[in-house]
Amino acid sequence: MKVILRQPRREVEVEGAKRVQDLFDRLDLVPEGYLAIRDGELLTADMPVAPDDVIELRPVISGGGT
Amino acid sequence: MKCRVCRQRAAIQVRRHNANFCPSHFIEHIHRQVEKTIHHYRMFQPGERLVLGVSGGKDSLALWDILTELGYDVDGVYLHLGIGDYSSDSLVFSRQFAEARGLQLHIKDLPADVGFSVPEAAATSARTPCSACGLSKRYLLNQVAEEGGYDVLVMGHNLDDEAATLFANVLQWHPGYLARQSPVLPADEGGLARKVKPLIRVAERETAAYSILRGIEYEVEECPMAAGNTINRYKEWLNILEEQSPGMKANFLFGFLDRGQPAFAEFEENVELVACSVCGQPTTAEVCAFCRLRQQTLVNIESRAAV
Repeated sequence: MKVILRQPRREVEVEGAKRVQDLFDRLDLVPEGYLAIRDGELLTADMPVAPDDVIELRPVISGGGT
Repeated sequence: MKCRVCRQRAAIQVRRHNANFCPSHFIEHIHRQVEKTIHHYRMFQPGERLVLGVSGGKDSLALWDILTELGYDVDGVYLHLGIGDYSSDSLVFSRQFAEARGLQLHIKDLPADVGFSVPEAAATSARTPCSACGLSKRYLLNQVAEEGGYDVLVMGHNLDDEAATLFANVLQWHPGYLARQSPVLPADEGGLARKVKPLIRVAERETAAYSILRGIEYEVEECPMAAGNTINRYKEWLNILEEQSPGMKANFLFGFLDRGQPAFAEFEENVELVACSVCGQPTTAEVCAFCRLRQQTLVNIESRAAV
């Protein structure tokens, strides 16, 4: 399936993932630092995903502390 | 996962609260967390005028939305720092948010109003980009608060920001900084507005989720000048610990504020603020750090242009 990453924006293909958690595992991302979004909806880590899904894993860390 | 309140499908898991929430109950949860923080730390008094530092990112826009939903009357101020498309895009998000809700947004333009951008300041001074940016933001936000007659400067610092700052100050053992880190920095007679941080109980994953669930468009990309920023690296490390031990970031921060900070009270410096001889803003030196940065940057820009 297609996974959209940010900072900077890019797309990667991930094969064989069954749940959102699998995407974090395959891409070696710490879930605490991301939100999973499909069609504008937030997904928890246990949600099933399908091969034709487009999932954004949006990073939540930002700088700019004053 | 099911929402712990209504048993509908959950949109987000908040492990440190051992809870999952559907969109509407998550939004209620965030409102409660912020209201609790405001009351616990007595951040605002009735009748006080509030101005929020708005960056166009998830934290400040979520906080503006939350405070408005809670019934507070808050104006915003956006600082244009001259960081290329990043600054321009962030301004668009800030303006769209304010216009859609009929909120007042002040705009302060560092290149147009002061004569230099953050990239220029970083290129021509000894400061790093984040240091020049932080100094400029603190100065300009305080100036806007003073000129606008605002009593309180509201900031969008979240749990992760504060935990990472604490981590940095512990790693470096800065006792003076540890003594001062607080959800409320009191006003100073010298002219510094009271500064408050109502989001300190809300993790940045939650401010991002709140923004998405409320339909708030925000700048997702990171500031190009913050690549490799130390605080962001500390946040990543803290998230690895949080993943293993949910609640660790909150325990670290609030344990420090409740039990650790009193041990550092003796290191709090009671500095006397005087008016800067150039701009009149409060400072500990004859000329404030911002005016020194401005003078140095403008001279260097001019001499480069002459070559």
